[in-house]
Amino acid sequence: MKILVPVKRVVDFNVKIRVKPDGSGVDLQNVKMSMNPFDEIAVEEALRLKEAGKAEEVVVVSIGPAKAEETLRTALAMGADRAILVETDDAVEPLAIAKILKGIVEAESPGLVILGKQAIDDDSNQTGQMLAALLGWGQGTFASKVELADGQVAVTREIDGGLQTVSVRLPAVITTDLRLNEPRYASLPNIMKAKKKPLEKTTPADFGVAIAARLRILKTEEPVRRIAGVKVGSVAELVDKLKTEAGVL
Amino acid sequence: MAILLLADHDHAGLSGQTAKTLTAALQIGGDVHILVAGPNARPAAEAAARLAGVAKVLLTDSGTFEHVLAEPLADLIVSLAPGYDTILAAATSTGKNVMPRVAALLDVAQVSDIIEVLAPDIFKRPIYAGNAIQTVQTTDAIRVITVRTAAFAATAGGAAVPIEPVAAVAERGLASFVDETASISDRPELASARVIISGGRALGSLEKFNEVILPVADKLGAAVGASRAAVDAGYAPNDWQVGQTGKIVAPQLYIAVGISGAIQHLAGMKDSKVIVAINKDVDAPIFQIADYGLVADLFEALPELEKAL
Ligand SMILES: Cc1cc2nc3c(=O)[nH]c(=O)nc-3n(C[C@H](O)[C@H](O)[C@H](O)COP(=O)(O)OP(=O)(O)OC[C@H]3O[C@@H](n4cnc5c(N)ncnc54)[C@H](O)[C@@H]3O)c2cc1C
Ligand SMILES: Nc1ncnc2c1ncn2[C@@H]1O[C@H](COP(=O)(O)O)[C@@H](O)[C@H]1O
Repeated sequence: MKILVPVKRVVDFNVKIRVKPDGSGVDLQNVKMSMNPFDEIAVEEALRLKEAGKAEEVVVVSIGPAKAEETLRTALAMGADRAILVETDDAVEPLAIAKILKGIVEAESPGLVILGKQAIDDDSNQTGQMLAALLGWGQGTFASKVELADGQVAVTREIDGGLQTVSVRLPAVITTDLRLNEPRYASLPNIMKAKKKPLEKTTPADFGVAIAARLRILKTEEPVRRIAGVKVGSVAELVDKLKTEAGVL
Repeated sequence: MAILLLADHDHAGLSGQTAKTLTAALQIGGDVHILVAGPNARPAAEAAARLAGVAKVLLTDSGTFEHVLAEPLADLIVSLAPGYDTILAAATSTGKNVMPRVAALLDVAQVSDIIEVLAPDIFKRPIYAGNAIQTVQTTDAIRVITVRTAAFAATAGGAAVPIEPVAAVAERGLASFVDETASISDRPELASARVIISGGRALGSLEKFNEVILPVADKLGAAVGASRAAVDAGYAPNDWQVGQTGKIVAPQLYIAVGISGAIQHLAGMKDSKVIVAINKDVDAPIFQIADYGLVADLFEALPELEKAL
């Protein structure tokens, strides 16, 4: 079986982003970019399935600017076999990403697509579910455990009230949650090796997908900032302030 | 035209998130129909029918919906979609699972996690862990939306409206339910609690977490939350995680204990009315947003707090 893992290049999770003063967006100049953390977890899971003999090949794909090649190389250095870059400088919405991924799935016929549950830049949490819908496949979202069996995959999901396990018929879409695994770091020799692994370049047009935005972004602004309050000297003072000043006890 | 709102329920009752989602729906404007799907879900449908401003409730009691699996539920919503120009749900684990599927099947965009309705087609939503707020306008014929319920007050009760049956859809057998481990607790739910106390990595173990956090929670009648670090380490269950990729909460009082205040954590609680931070590091970023900060060792401060309440 082949596993396809879509990975997105996003602002590193440690970066505190800045909103442009003119409201036109977020300032991405000279900001550290990394693989979306949930996608690292997805790559790791695919590699573990391969190492357990349950999959033969791990293919990673990214839709984005030429620099997304770095993100793909990171995935290759972790151990993925091959990469596909769908190059575009446009901001592509989850629905169009899902349509492009559908095209790749049709060409590659993977048994499993493992995505992150959420890209930490747009915080959409949509693409995996949309891809499953477009393919007419089942979905195991927010996975904290994945077990492949004959013709199906058991996915334990992190839900609001605890954990739920569903059995999804293969081929299937999985999206990762934080507890699924701890992604490995790429070793230096593997980083060197990754430079020679195959990376194919395409464009959204190759899949016949119109990437025109459906959502018009009218404005991007700073959230209302909270200001630091006071330090209290003791538990007694804290309780007193909560009772008399804040009125919440 | 009309608005279809997918109810969040556990069959026997309606979750508080539905009344908050309804507030967003009423701001968008139009006849709001609440869809309740699930066998034995009549009590939930009756509760939905008594929310002020609802025009009617649609109920399917098909066994297909017992475990609210995304695949059949999305098919059901899509079968009803021609009558609606807006379809929305709370951004719960169910709403997040189902709604993008609906949007893709309808070939429309989804607007995730709206926090404000500016016009029927214009919404505010947070991006980058809430460090920027986007104003977006939809251009599709049908708007598919999830609502961040922490940003909306609950609609009050009203006179009961009719409950109508809807036809179930064919089950495609794409996925099936295996089991569920629900965290059963007498404490309030995070999403609706008036007071929340959350513990972080500093708690050090499950035993310590239970020993020092829970008694204070019980005294306060509070829900219990946790940072990702505490959940990852097994001190607290996954559904207690507060943050960008966990639960988003906005209680009257949020007490963060032994939590540093990473942006991913702040994203989930910074809209709380009053924030208290207890941390032994005077430079911990959590103090930058706390109304009341106590620089102390939590293992001394919490037992003291429990006694003082
Ligand atoms: C993709 C992604 C998603 C994430 N999503 C979330 C999320 O949804 N929610 C979330 O919380 N995090 C999330 N995180 C993790 C986040 O970045 C932080 O790592 C995490 O919030 C840190 O948890 P913490 O504050 O408990 O631990 P730490 O950062 O280790 O802080 C522990 C604090 O305890 C204090 N302390 C230690 N001992 C004591 C003592 N005896 N008494 C008092 N104080 C003490 C220390 O001074 C320190 O400030 C996410 C990260 C990523 C990459
Ligand atoms: N541009 C992209 N290229 C590759 N994968 C993507 C892209 N955008 C989103 N994804 C995948 O979809 C997941 C969810 O993203 P989102 O729906 O945008 O929150 C991510 O974790 C990725 O696995």
